[in-house]
Amino acid sequence: MSHPTDSLTGRRWKRPPFIASPLLRWGLAVGAAIYLAVAFGTMEVNWSRVADGLPRAQRFLASFFPPDFTSRAEDIFDGILESLWMTVISTVVGIAISIPVGLGAARNLAPRPVYLFSRAVLAVSRTFPEIILALFAVKLFGFGPFAGFLALSIGTIGFYGKLLAEDIEDMDPVQAEAVKATGSSWFQWLNYAVQPQVMPRMIGLGMYRFDINFRESAVVGIVGGGGIGATLLTSFDRYEFDSSAAILLIIIGIVMVVEYSSGYIRRWVQ
Amino acid sequence: MPLDVKDGLKVWQRRDRNSQLAIWAVQFAAVAIFVYCWQLISDKTIWMFVTDAPRQAADMASRMMPPKWDYLSTLWIPVWDTIAIATLGTLMAIVMAFPIAFLAARNTTPSKTFIRPIALFIIVSSRSINSLLWALMLVTVIGPGVFAGVLAIGFRSIGFCAKLLYEAIEEIDETQVEAITATGANGPQILNYGIVPQILPAFAGISVFRWDINIRESTVLGLVGAGGIGLQLNASINTVTWTQVSVILLVILGTVIVSEWVSAKVRHAII
Repeated sequence: MSHPTDSLTGRRWKRPPFIASPLLRWGLAVGAAIYLAVAFGTMEVNWSRVADGLPRAQRFLASFFPPDFTSRAEDIFDGILESLWMTVISTVVGIAISIPVGLGAARNLAPRPVYLFSRAVLAVSRTFPEIILALFAVKLFGFGPFAGFLALSIGTIGFYGKLLAEDIEDMDPVQAEAVKATGSSWFQWLNYAVQPQVMPRMIGLGMYRFDINFRESAVVGIVGGGGIGATLLTSFDRYEFDSSAAILLIIIGIVMVVEYSSGYIRRWVQ
Repeated sequence: MPLDVKDGLKVWQRRDRNSQLAIWAVQFAAVAIFVYCWQLISDKTIWMFVTDAPRQAADMASRMMPPKWDYLSTLWIPVWDTIAIATLGTLMAIVMAFPIAFLAARNTTPSKTFIRPIALFIIVSSRSINSLLWALMLVTVIGPGVFAGVLAIGFRSIGFCAKLLYEAIEEIDETQVEAITATGANGPQILNYGIVPQILPAFAGISVFRWDINIRESTVLGLVGAGGIGLQLNASINTVTWTQVSVILLVILGTVIVSEWVSAKVRHAII
């Protein structure tokens, strides 16, 4: 791209690079290239198996259509309902427990020992994926939706508690001070100074977590935690892929409905 | 501001009567739904197992101790695989999410009536199917192994990355695009000089954020046979070697914490 002004100024305009330091830029590029080469090298891909899979994929996709909603309608309906109950209960219980934990994990609210303890609780409940939690819950509590409910609740505590604590740490201290100056008790202070500031965002996040919990409730069934996942796994194991397709479409549909309504509620609250 | 008169004194109230009643009605409905759902779950639960659980948990914990540390040496390759699944999957996802995001954003899509709904449907279906379900399907099609895991993580992440990216594209500063257009730039040039520089920080942030999530998700893909450390976890649980399970859990904990730390550092540096 030569430009008439190039000959006048003696140099050409170049777009400034995204990473300013050239050493870091080239270092990152070379490092990434080496890592990718090694990662691809160690990945054992059985290409003949993959090639085998292509016609199989075709048949697989073909057997997905048309989706069969009717022949397993009862199982699907039960599974979906179970997933929905599990989602409701685990969201409510998870949020209820995460409120005291979140209050304890806010640095401007809690004394140091409480803060450290609450942060440790949040860190542990956040690191393990819901599936691993469900795996152990199934070992301890037996098969069924109770195990799934526990796993999802623990996941919710980690997620919601951390965000609540961060939101409280970011609140406007002026309002809090004003309420404190009226001589309010600690609970009144919490109710009139802290809660109104964090509430709109927290309702939105609660809806978002409901959405996540529903999606996760579709997989805790794979390890025995109840819900639609168990129905889906059974349909896969029986090669009834048309029923699987129906289940997947229902999951997509419900997720879409929940997402749109949560967006609507969030706008309404804010 | 609603006031209530009590013994001739005016008392301040937070809400007037109608909104207070409405709030009570909502709360009542919420409690009713909760109790109903709880009832349904409790019917399907064998409470004997639940009351027995603390003893079981103590038993399991005692059998996990002490962790069998020499098992650690066989875990390095699965950990490497897990990280490779997350990284390559994220890479695949962002390569595919980039064009989809442009097709889905209201201000860059070529056609609002035809292409945008298709792009949005791709995003929603990729997002609503968990990576474990993707892995389940892919293992059926291309066989067990790391490759199925990479594809599963990739397919799941396309929707996530594309959604956040198209929201970033819709929020760009239009005046810069206009300025580039005024120089006589053509379509690709506007994209390259007017839009991409504005979304690049968001793009990098989203990629690292998703990579962090993917590390967590790729630790469990092995449960359905799609490679990574989940394979060892599943095998150890099935053979009830609890001392190995505790080592694996500690390794997963360490990997997740390190990846979270890396991702937080990188995002901090970008923003």
